[in-house]
Amino acid sequence: MTTYYQLFASFFKIGSIMFGGGYAMLPVLEHEVVDRRGWLTGEELIDLFALAQCTPGVIAVNVATHTGYKKRGVVGAAFSTLGVITPSLIIITIIAAVLNNVADIPAVQSALAGIRVAACALMINTMVKMWKNGIKDWLGIVIFAVISLLAVFTDVSTVWLVLGALLTGILSFHSKREAEK
Amino acid sequence: MSDLFLLCWEFFKAGLFAVGGGLATLPFIHEMARNYDWFTEADVANMIAVSESTPGPMGVNMATFAGYKTYGIPGALATTFSVVLPSYIVIIVIAKFLDKFSENPHVIDAFYGLRPAVCGVVLSAWLSIFRIAVLTLPRFQETGAWADLVNPAAAVIFVLLFVLSSRFKRVPPVAFIASGALLGILFL
Repeated sequence: MTTYYQLFASFFKIGSIMFGGGYAMLPVLEHEVVDRRGWLTGEELIDLFALAQCTPGVIAVNVATHTGYKKRGVVGAAFSTLGVITPSLIIITIIAAVLNNVADIPAVQSALAGIRVAACALMINTMVKMWKNGIKDWLGIVIFAVISLLAVFTDVSTVWLVLGALLTGILSFHSKREAEK
Repeated sequence: MSDLFLLCWEFFKAGLFAVGGGLATLPFIHEMARNYDWFTEADVANMIAVSESTPGPMGVNMATFAGYKTYGIPGALATTFSVVLPSYIVIIVIAKFLDKFSENPHVIDAFYGLRPAVCGVVLSAWLSIFRIAVLTLPRFQETGAWADLVNPAAAVIFVLLFVLSSRFKRVPPVAFIASGALLGILFL
């Protein structure tokens, strides 16, 4: 029988060793949830991962919530979700506190300026991955172009842009057209 | 107090509308930097760097950082819980009531439209961060000289780190972030 503590502990471990997100964390999840605990089969994990990408929110959190719910219901889901976010809470709070206290030192400001440049460079790789994953045909390019222009040049809220794209997607009947091909 | 509530509400919205993981939370946090005086756009760039170089899901890391920056530890707790609450609710509802949710054609269609849009809003947030990290727009507006548009040292570091990080994909991001810090101390 899976205990609440096991759910918390396993996802705490996942939260403290996974970096970044997306498919990079799949091996970490697989090792703990499939091989070690046997909570899911490999196939179930892949399905869950696909589902987690099709639901709002952070993917790792979605996987944690779903696994916890499957094993021990609503309370189990709460424990696994808390497990996966607790390492972030601790680590990030410490870093943010330290940064706040040293931010006025000139060398730290230069380091932060360098870090921002690095973050900017690394983001391009992530964006290329997102592009390959998400944009498959001309309609995808049109949606991308329209949303980019609106996001860069107007003050329309991101929420509305996301909702508009969602509606466009539904009205495109993409899967029906694909099936007819 | 009402401000803390507003902060929670904004992160709840981010958790509800950020789809696809990774940087999906970023456009929402960036929008908060523009609409409120909780943190600046430079802070957002720092958040990305810290979130990429520490363990844990990026969306959660950025939410915790933003919350701490705004209201200290209570803020960090509030934003972190707010950003995951929508997932918690949505996942349980789907697990309970919707069988084969991800195979539903309407869901597939919705995501067909959503993914390019997420690329678009992330690109827009990236441009703002690029502007403060690599460009020197205030100086350019003052002098009008094209040479004053770019910070040359930052541009060189940017190109260098981009080329290295896209060539050596197995090197963890924290290595590039640390190199950025070092090069920053030396040249910026």
